[in-house]
Amino acid sequence: MTEVTQIRTAAETGLGDLFDRLKGGLPGDVAIREAALAGFRERGLPHRRVEEFKYFDLRALMREAAPPAERPNATEIAKAFNQAKAFASVPAYRLTFVNGHLAASLKEAESFPSGIEVVPFEQALGEGHPLLASLGRVEVAQGNPILELNTAFMNDGAVIRVAAGATPDQPIALRFVSAGETAFSTATRVLVVVEAGAKVTLIESHEGPDGLANQTNTAVEFVVGDGASVDHVRFNGEGADVLSLSTITATLGADVSFSTHNALIGSAAARHQVFLACKGENSTVRIDGISLLRGRQHADATLVVDHAVPHCTSRETFKTILDGETTGVFQGKIVVRPHAQKTDGGMKSDALLLSERASMNNKPELEIFADDVVCGHGATCGALDDELLFYLKSRGLPKAEAESLLLQAFVGPPIEAIEHEGVRDALVGRVEEWLAARR
Amino acid sequence: MLEINNLTVQIEDNRILNGLSLKVADGEVAAIMGPNGSGKSTLSYVIAGKEDYEVLDGEILLDGQNLLEMEADERAAAGVFLAFQYPLEIPGVGTMTFLKAALNAQRRARGEDELTTPDLIKRVNAAGETLEIKKDFLKRALNVGFSGGEKKRMEILQMALLEPKFCILDETDSGLDIDALRIVSEGVNTLRSKDRSFLVITHYQRLLNHIVPDTVHVMANGRIVKSGGKELALELEANGYADYRQEAA
Ligand SMILES: Nc1ncnc2c1ncn2[C@@H]1O[C@H](COP(=O)(O)OP(=O)(O)OP(=O)(O)O)[C@@H](O)[C@H]1O
Ligand SMILES: [Mg+2]
Repeated sequence: MTEVTQIRTAAETGLGDLFDRLKGGLPGDVAIREAALAGFRERGLPHRRVEEFKYFDLRALMREAAPPAERPNATEIAKAFNQAKAFASVPAYRLTFVNGHLAASLKEAESFPSGIEVVPFEQALGEGHPLLASLGRVEVAQGNPILELNTAFMNDGAVIRVAAGATPDQPIALRFVSAGETAFSTATRVLVVVEAGAKVTLIESHEGPDGLANQTNTAVEFVVGDGASVDHVRFNGEGADVLSLSTITATLGADVSFSTHNALIGSAAARHQVFLACKGENSTVRIDGISLLRGRQHADATLVVDHAVPHCTSRETFKTILDGETTGVFQGKIVVRPHAQKTDGGMKSDALLLSERASMNNKPELEIFADDVVCGHGATCGALDDELLFYLKSRGLPKAEAESLLLQAFVGPPIEAIEHEGVRDALVGRVEEWLAARR
Repeated sequence: MLEINNLTVQIEDNRILNGLSLKVADGEVAAIMGPNGSGKSTLSYVIAGKEDYEVLDGEILLDGQNLLEMEADERAAAGVFLAFQYPLEIPGVGTMTFLKAALNAQRRARGEDELTTPDLIKRVNAAGETLEIKKDFLKRALNVGFSGGEKKRMEILQMALLEPKFCILDETDSGLDIDALRIVSEGVNTLRSKDRSFLVITHYQRLLNHIVPDTVHVMANGRIVKSGGKELALELEANGYADYRQEAA
């Protein structure tokens, strides 16, 4: 046999060294971390010749491994809190993470209503919290290099349990803010267990200053019990130099209503992954997203929905606006297992190119092993309609305003689908800001 | 009001307007009739400022201002309004949002204060009532799911709200039922004034019974080939365009 010598990039060598240096001090069972890192040790970072990373070459995008963020001091925390603006107008039960670390320990969580239990992730790992058994269980997420890196390095985060039947009167808001002078990496993990019959809205925001080339890796895992209802809305308003990696996983019981929306405005390069498994019948899933890209941004949305049982409905609606020299990616896969009859699955990705130097890659896939299903996908890619622009201009709207109106209309449907009015309005506000900055 | 001199326009090497000249006085209602493909819609687009056309020669003056040097939105602010032959559907843009944006953009361009939402709603409702447009239409996305006739009424509603001084109606009558034709015509007639002129493009004399024109022009092969009073429309109705088709060829 020939020995194949892998040529490691600086980032790959750095990550390996980092792990060896840190592993003794990381909470919980190190064997889980070692196992998660095995794929990376063998293959390095995923690159464009790996099918799932064809349009998001992580090896090229991550030049060097940024050191993990230190636990921030009081000044940094105060500074970061001031920057958390995304859903500021939405009354919510908040948990704030500064540089990936749960800030002020549990001060904020003390105000949570009964029915929501929060345990800091480090503590949960240290004491072997029983709910952690459901971590990383979604089959279609297994082996995913980004999630595995998160598992290898995860330190802070939270375990959130919404008790059976609980219907908190306000959303739970996870705010991720960054501050500081030097770039860092994070590996934050959140487990959200929503028990049977509970109904909750969870909003997540990621914000930070431009100029910090942070590497953030967050994973939020949902385990949703029968008859529960979960609305998740995530806002990526990261600074302009951030490499943002995020993963959502969800395991759904029966009669669940689940929605997750990713609104992306920030980051230099972002990969957002959703891995979802329908494990109980009659559940309804919505996976939506809007991406507003300018400059040289690169944004990837990768989704896999696993219909393992009959009678579930899933809809994916993604809208991407690409200006400047940006690159967008939509990779959606719907898997329907042999017994998952009467599955109703559909996905749609629409892209609007505002510049000739922007490009969009759409890759919808259906893997269907059952015969009595309705599944479809569609992808469009085009420019703003000149006829519509003329119509609006002929009514007195200057070109920029006419364009904004059409762009707002374009991203409208996935925003309007958000049930929580305050959250919806907050996102509309961010879209308006983005459009105003374009003019 | 409007003066067009020797307007020559082509699109992708096809000459569509051939040295067209036309004058419309203040307060005048001028009707244009002419065979399919003679260039009537093209003329209306060129006046309104659509960009696809190449103007080879000529000028269009609105009260002395050269429209050809202005963007479509600037022309609108200067008082030009085109009721489209085929109004467009704009999914996702609420009718009210659109009306507010349009009105306020024009007011801003003219240095006037913006309208408040209650003020706007009052005006829209009043205009909607005159034109018998159902209120729930105003809650929908602009023209989406509207019938052909409903779209035409919506054009006239916009015209009433924007109070332009030069209005072009491109086959506003086509697609209207008999009652709608009367309602729309009344809507137009109430807007007639000594400071506002109209260019009414139509194929049917019937419309001109409701909106009685001061002048009638025949357009063929990209120019005005005959002008006269309202009796010219009756003559055309009886004899067709046979006399004019060859003339400019
Ligand atoms: N975008 C275009 N590209 C090429 N040719 C065009 C274009 N628009 C119009 N034309 C041509 O110009 C001519 C005039 O068209 P126009 O629509 O102005 O006619 P019209 O008088 O309004 O006809 P109608 O009575 O059918 O509405 C036609 O021959 C048409 O095919
Ligand atoms: Mg026409």
